[in-house]
Amino acid sequence: MHDLLGYFLFCAVLTAGGWALAGLMTRVYAAERTPLSPVFGPLERGFYRLAGIRADVSQGWKAYALAVLVFNLTGFVALYAILRLQGALPMNPDRIAGMPADLAFNTAISFVTNTNWQASSGEAQLSYLAQMAGLTVQNFVSAATGMAVGIAVIRGFTGERGAGLGNFWADMTRSVLYVLLPLSVVVALVLAVQGVPQTLLGAVHATTVEGADQVIARGPAAAQIAIKQLGTNGGGFFGVNSAHPFENPTVLSNMVQCLSILLIPVAFCFVFGRMAQDRRQGWAIFAAMGAMFVLGLVVIWWGETGGNAALGLGTNMEGKEQRFGAGLSALWAAATTAASNGSVNAMHDSFMPLSGLVEMVNMMIGEVVFGGVGAGLYGMLLYVVLAVFLAGLMVGRTPEYLGRKIEAREVTLAMLAFLSMPLGILAGGAISATVPAALASVQEAGPHGLSEILYAYSSAVGNNGSAFGGFGAATPWQTTALGLLMLLGRYAIIVPMLAIAGSLAAKKRAAVTSGTFPTHGPLFVTLLILTVAILGALTFFPVLALGPIAEQTALAAGQSF
Amino acid sequence: MSISSTAHPGLYTAALRAAFAKLHPRALMGNAVIFVTAVTAGLTSVLALRDLAIGAPGWGATLQVAFWLWVCVLFANFAEALAEGRGKARADSLRATKAETMVRLLAREDDPAPKSVPSSALRAGQLVRVEAGDLIPTDAEVIRGVASVDESAITGESAPVIRESGGDRCSVTGGTRIVSDSLILKITAEPGKSFLDRMIALVEGAERQKTPNEIALNILLAGLTLIFLFVVVTLAPFARYSGIAIPVVTLAALFVTLIPTTIGGLLSAIGIAGMDRLVRANVIAKSGRAVEAAGDVDTLLLDKTGTITFGNRMAEAFHPARGVIETQLVRAAWLASLSDATPEGKSIVDLARRLIPALTGETAAPGEPVAFSAQTRLSGVDLPGRQLRKGAVDAVQRFVGRSADPALRAKIDEIARSGGTPLLVAQDDVILGAIHLKDVIKPGVRERFAELRAMGIRTVMITGDNPLTAAAIAAEAGVDDFLAEATPEMKLDYIRREQAGGRLVAMCGDGSNDAPALAQADVGVAMNSGTPAAKEAANLIDLDSDPTKLIEVVMVGKQLLISRGALTTFSIANDVAKYFAILPAIFVAAFPGLGVLNVMGLASPQSALLSAVIFNALIIVALIPLALRGVKYQPSSAAALLRRNLSIYGLGGLIVPFIGIKAIDMAVTALGLA
Repeated sequence: MHDLLGYFLFCAVLTAGGWALAGLMTRVYAAERTPLSPVFGPLERGFYRLAGIRADVSQGWKAYALAVLVFNLTGFVALYAILRLQGALPMNPDRIAGMPADLAFNTAISFVTNTNWQASSGEAQLSYLAQMAGLTVQNFVSAATGMAVGIAVIRGFTGERGAGLGNFWADMTRSVLYVLLPLSVVVALVLAVQGVPQTLLGAVHATTVEGADQVIARGPAAAQIAIKQLGTNGGGFFGVNSAHPFENPTVLSNMVQCLSILLIPVAFCFVFGRMAQDRRQGWAIFAAMGAMFVLGLVVIWWGETGGNAALGLGTNMEGKEQRFGAGLSALWAAATTAASNGSVNAMHDSFMPLSGLVEMVNMMIGEVVFGGVGAGLYGMLLYVVLAVFLAGLMVGRTPEYLGRKIEAREVTLAMLAFLSMPLGILAGGAISATVPAALASVQEAGPHGLSEILYAYSSAVGNNGSAFGGFGAATPWQTTALGLLMLLGRYAIIVPMLAIAGSLAAKKRAAVTSGTFPTHGPLFVTLLILTVAILGALTFFPVLALGPIAEQTALAAGQSF
Repeated sequence: MSISSTAHPGLYTAALRAAFAKLHPRALMGNAVIFVTAVTAGLTSVLALRDLAIGAPGWGATLQVAFWLWVCVLFANFAEALAEGRGKARADSLRATKAETMVRLLAREDDPAPKSVPSSALRAGQLVRVEAGDLIPTDAEVIRGVASVDESAITGESAPVIRESGGDRCSVTGGTRIVSDSLILKITAEPGKSFLDRMIALVEGAERQKTPNEIALNILLAGLTLIFLFVVVTLAPFARYSGIAIPVVTLAALFVTLIPTTIGGLLSAIGIAGMDRLVRANVIAKSGRAVEAAGDVDTLLLDKTGTITFGNRMAEAFHPARGVIETQLVRAAWLASLSDATPEGKSIVDLARRLIPALTGETAAPGEPVAFSAQTRLSGVDLPGRQLRKGAVDAVQRFVGRSADPALRAKIDEIARSGGTPLLVAQDDVILGAIHLKDVIKPGVRERFAELRAMGIRTVMITGDNPLTAAAIAAEAGVDDFLAEATPEMKLDYIRREQAGGRLVAMCGDGSNDAPALAQADVGVAMNSGTPAAKEAANLIDLDSDPTKLIEVVMVGKQLLISRGALTTFSIANDVAKYFAILPAIFVAAFPGLGVLNVMGLASPQSALLSAVIFNALIIVALIPLALRGVKYQPSSAAALLRRNLSIYGLGGLIVPFIGIKAIDMAVTALGLA
C-alpha cells in the first residue's frame, strides 16, 4: 500500500475514533451514566469513600491547582523512594540494584510529569516492582493528571459563570477508571495477540547458534506499553523503546500503537466542542492541529523516502526497522513528537535533518499539535488566547473567546505560561552548549551536535520524552538540568492555564452577535496556525538555523556531520 | 473651536522638538518596548564610539546601526508628540475662553448687593449673578431666570441656546457667554474641576490613563520583548558552539528588529488620536474605558425624537370633507399656514405647493394673520369676509360649532391609529377637511440601523408615544425593538434585562430622571444641555446635545480598537521578513548553505543588517498617519472585518517588509553605505 494512502486511512480512523471517544469522555466528566458505570461505578464510589473525597464539590482554580501539585509531589516522592530502594524490595528476579540519586530524581520527575524521558534503560536498571508499582502507576496517573487539568481548563472556558473548575480527585479517578483503564485493556490484548510478552518471569538465558550466551529480557510488557501510548507517556519497557521487537513486533501492532498515541488528544478537541455546546469550536481546534500534523508528517515522509543526496541512497533506512520501513517510521516520528508521547520506533538521530527539524518544532511550540493527553488542548488554548487577543481587536471589540473577555489578567497569565518554552529550551540549551560538563553529553560535531542538545531540551521542556539518540543524558549535569526543566515545562503551564480558566469562569458571558469575533471556520483556523508559527516556531528559528537547517543545507552541498 | 485635521507646519517642528525632549529616561520608562530600544541604542552607541576611538574595522557600520536605532526611538517619540500636539493646539484655544473675570457673588438668591470676586475663587455651592455679555465663569446650574447663552466656544454651534431654571435645560458651562437677560447661577464645579478644565486635560493627554485593552496589549508587548531577549542573548552561546562569533552590534540590531517596535512606538499615539477624534466630534469622555466600552456595545437605546425622527411632525396628506374638493382644502390650509412659522406650519405650506404648483411665489398671506394661542388652540388668517382656521380636531369642531362628517371622522381615527396627528381646517362654520401630520423619519436612518445590525448592534427606540404609534414608527425606521410610553423605570429595567443577557448597553439622555439609567448603562451619553445629575451619571458628554452622536461614539470606539489590533498584527507579522534578512547575514560565513535563507537576495551581510534596521525605523514614521487617522472602518460583520483586516494588515505585514527591506538594501548598496 502506498504510504500516503496509508496515512489517509490512519487519519480517517483516528478522527472517527477520537470523535466517538469524545462522546463517552464528555459523559464521564459530567458524571453521567455510561455503559461502564455498572462495572466501575461501585469501585469509584468505594474509592471516594475510602479517600474521603467529596466528588461533587467543585473547586476554584487555586484549590484545583493545589490538588494537582500535592498529588504529583506525593507521586514523585513515592516513585523516587521505589527507584532508590528497588534493590532491597521484592519482585526483582534479575537482582537490579537501586538507582543513583540523580538518575532517580530525573526518572521520577520524568514519569510524574508525563514526560517519560528515560536517561536509564528499563530492562537493565528497573526491577519489575519499579516498572509496575512505580512507572506503570505513574503512566496512568500522570496521564490522568493531564486529562483532569485539560477538563478543568475546558470547564473554565466553557462552563457556567461561577461554577468552578470541577473536582480534581474526581476528574483524575474518572480519567483512570473510565478512559485509560478500559482502553489499555483492549490495546494490551491486541498487543499480546501480536506477540508482546506479558509475564512476571525473569529474563530468558539462551545460547545462540554461534554458542554465545545471550540474555533475552522480557516481563510484563504488553500492559505497560498500552498505557505508555494511550497516556502519551512514551517510556518504553525496553531501552530501545518501540523499535524493540518485543515492544512492537508487527505492522499491525505499530498501527494500533500509533493510533493509541493520538486517540485521546484528538478526542479532547471534540470534548472541548461538546462542552462548549458549539461543536464547531472543537472542530476548529482539531483542524488547526490536524493541518499542522499532516504538514509535519508529509515533510518527514518526504525527507525519509526522498533519500540522502550525500550518500546517494534512495530511502533513508539508517536507524530504522526493516519491518516498518521509512513510511511507518515517519508516521510514528510525526505522531510521537506531535503528541508529546516520546516513544520511538526508529532512531530520530539518524533521520534527515529536515525531519529532525519538524520533530523539534513539534515539541518547541509546546506540544500543541494534539500534544499530551489534556495537555495538548490546554497548550493550544494558550495560543488561542493569544491569537484571539492579537487579532480580536481588529473587529473593533474587546477580544473575547466563547463570550468571555480576554483582558489584562488573562494576557499576563498567558505570557507567563508562554515564556516557559523559550526560557527552558533556549536558556537550558545555551548553557548546555557552553558548559564543559554538559558538552560531554554531545556525541556529534557541528550542527548535528547542536541538534542533539536542542532535541533533548525541547523534549524535556515540552514533556515529550523522546530522545534524538547520540545524546548522553545520564550524566549528573543532564539528569539534574533536564529534570528541573521538565518541572518547568509541566507546571509553569498548568498553573497559569488553570488561573486563566478560573479567571474566565468568573466572567459574565457576552451574548453572541454578528459583531462577535468568529472563532470557528477556516479564517480562524488559519489565524491560529499562523499564531503558532510566528509566536511559537519563529522564536526558535535562529537556533534551528544553526542546527538542523544548517545541516540540511550543508547536506544538499554534500557535507555531512 | 474645531481645528482642521491637517496640522499646520508649526505642529511638526514642535513635535520634533518634543521627540528629543522625550528621550529623558523617565519619559521613556512609560513604554517598555521603546525604553528597551533606547537602552539598546545607547549600548550600540558606546560600542560605536569605542570602535571609533580604537580605529577598529567596521566602526562605520556600527555607527550607522546605532544611528538608526536612535532614529527608531525618535520616530516613536515623534508619533506620540504629534498626537499630543494636535490636542495641545485645541487645548490652547480652549484655555483662551477660560479668562479670569470678576463675577458678582451673591450671599443669597435675592442679595441686592453682590460682592465682586475673581472667577477663579468660586467654589461649588456659591451663588452668582450673570448678565447679558458676561462670560459664565464655571459650570453651574440655573436657579432663577431665562436667558439665551452663546455656547459656540465649547460646541462650535453659533446659534444661542435657551437656558432656564428648572427642567432639563438648567445647566450652563464655564466658558460660554450669556447674550440676553440675566441668570442667577449655583456653581456646581470646584476650581480646576470644571468641564472646561476636564476637556483641556483630556485633549492635552495630560490626564490620559491607559485604557484596559491598552494595558493588556502593553503586557503582551513586554512579554514578547522578554522572549526576544532570550532569543538574542542565547543565540551568542549557540553560535559560539557552532564556531561563529556574533558581534554585539549584530545581536543588538537583531533584537531591536524583532521586538514589536512598530506597535510599541505607535500605541500611545493611537490612543491619543482616538480620544482626539472623539473630542473633534464634540464628545467629552470621562474615562478612556468608556470609549473602549463604546466599541463593545451590543444594544443602543435611542430616543425617538431627534435621533430617529425629526423633532417635528410634517404634513403628509390632505383629506377633504364630504362635498369639498381637494384644491379648496389645500388652498385654505395653505392660506391658514402662510404666517405660521412653526415647522408644522411650514410643512403644510410645502406640501400644498407640491400639490398645487401654482401656489409657488406667494409668501405672505393677504389679510390679518391669527396667531396660535393657548386659549383657542387655533391659528389661521382673517381674510375679507371669511375666517380660515386650522388646529386640533376638538378645537376646530368647537370653533365651527359642529362635528366632522362620519367619513371624515373615520379618516381622523385612521390617522391617529397609524401614529400620525390629525388637524382640521375650517372656513367660518364649515369643516373643509383634515391634514395628516406625521412623524417623519430622518433620511438615512433606516440604512444606518441596517449597518448597525450588520455589526451586531441592536437598536431600541425609546418613545413616550402609545404602543400603536410607536410600533408604526419603529417598523418604518427599521429598529429592532421599541419601548413605548417609556418611563425612566422602564428604561432602567430594559437596560438591566439586556445586561443580564450578556449585552453591553449604550444610551443617551438629558433629564434628571434619566440619571439612574445613564449610570446603569455601560455607555451613557449625556447631553450637554442636560441637567447636572444626568451629566454626572453619564460617562460621556455630548457638547452638541445631539442624540445621534451615540452612533458616532460607537464608531470611534471601534475604530480605536481596530487600529490597535491592525498595527499589532502588522508589527508581529513583520518579524518573519526580518529573520530572513538578518539570520543568513549572521550565519552565511560559517554555513554557506544557509545562503538559501537569503530569499530577498540582499547584497551583503552588512547591507542586510543595516536595511533591516532602517526598515524598522522607517516603518514607524510611515505608519504615523495611519495611527493618527485610524484604520479605515466600514460597518460590517465581525467575520467580514476580520477577513478584511487580516488580509490587509496580517498578510500585508508578512509581505511589505520583504519588499521594503529589499528596496532599502538596493539603496544602501547604491549609496555605498554598506
